[in-house]
Amino acid sequence: MQGQGHGTGGGAGYRRAESGTPDTRPVPTQGSRRLAVEREILAANNSHAARNRERWRGQGVFAVNLVSSPGSGKTTLLVETIRRLGFVFPVAVIEGDQQTSRDAERIRATGAPAVQINTGKGCHLDASMVERACASLDLAGGGLLLVENVGNLVCPAEFDLGEAHKVVILSVTEGEDKPIKYPNIFAASDLMLLTKVDLLPHLVFDADGCLDYARRVNPSIEAMRVSSTSGEGLDRWIAWLARGVEAAREGARR
Amino acid sequence: MHEMSLAEGVLDLVSEQARAGGYARVTGVWLEIGRLSGVEIEAMRFCFDAVVRGSVAEGASLEIDETPGSAWCLACAASVTIGHRADPCPRCGGWQLRPNGGTEMRVREIEVE
Repeated sequence: MQGQGHGTGGGAGYRRAESGTPDTRPVPTQGSRRLAVEREILAANNSHAARNRERWRGQGVFAVNLVSSPGSGKTTLLVETIRRLGFVFPVAVIEGDQQTSRDAERIRATGAPAVQINTGKGCHLDASMVERACASLDLAGGGLLLVENVGNLVCPAEFDLGEAHKVVILSVTEGEDKPIKYPNIFAASDLMLLTKVDLLPHLVFDADGCLDYARRVNPSIEAMRVSSTSGEGLDRWIAWLARGVEAAREGARR
Repeated sequence: MHEMSLAEGVLDLVSEQARAGGYARVTGVWLEIGRLSGVEIEAMRFCFDAVVRGSVAEGASLEIDETPGSAWCLACAASVTIGHRADPCPRCGGWQLRPNGGTEMRVREIEVE
């Protein structure tokens, strides 16, 4: 079938010069033609993310995307965080898991509204899932939106949800070299929370070494040591969140 | 394995382009994948073959151009080539690197008929 080329230089002789790379691509066969596409593979996700970001900016919502491997203590940390925040501003949670609504139930027990997204076989949240989940949360008054991603240190790195920051959570019961084994997620995050630090006396875990590894892949990453059990470091984390909320609400008033 | 989502993204893009141009089939797809992008090329090929079945791009060839990783070294004030995000600067051995190339994940071209 012939037609007008769509967004292309189209037709005979169309072949871009690739600097220094020999062109090994097959010559188009009879009746076929080459079209230039030049689109990001994640273009659809990125436009959903931009829409989320724009909506949250208008509402004064500070959205944080929490990423980690399974079992790092994310949900426990969120429960303790919400308890300590004491609802001085609205807090809502989106929970991502492959199956069950157990995490959302744990969050709701704190009094904060929570929506569970089950990704089924999916290994990460994407921006359109989060957009749909937001439809059942009342975010009009601004505040804090905590998005707990699916436990996975690989896939969530590539998917922008529209958040202000990705926060990567690493527990001291994991290896201290996780940042260089899974560099993309640490490179994509602005803050690393080292959790379960109350267990450090019982473990062989080099916390300073871990931070060095994280800075190798992301020289500007911030880091905090926290424990949901002993409460160590939580004040700093809570203050970081409160500053973000304040800035988001200030931005929405402008 | 987020390569499955990426492959679905590729299929969505190429199907949309084929439909917009009124083409019946997509016979080839050219991707640009940076070496720092976190994409496993073999997984990408496997997922692509799986998602195009029964679609307008069934049987399409997949060509992947892997672009090298590069980063700006703050210490050297120079752009350097790196193979991996956790690699040190090949000039000074330091880690003050900001990737500035090799993170691409793009559909460059398609062949249609």
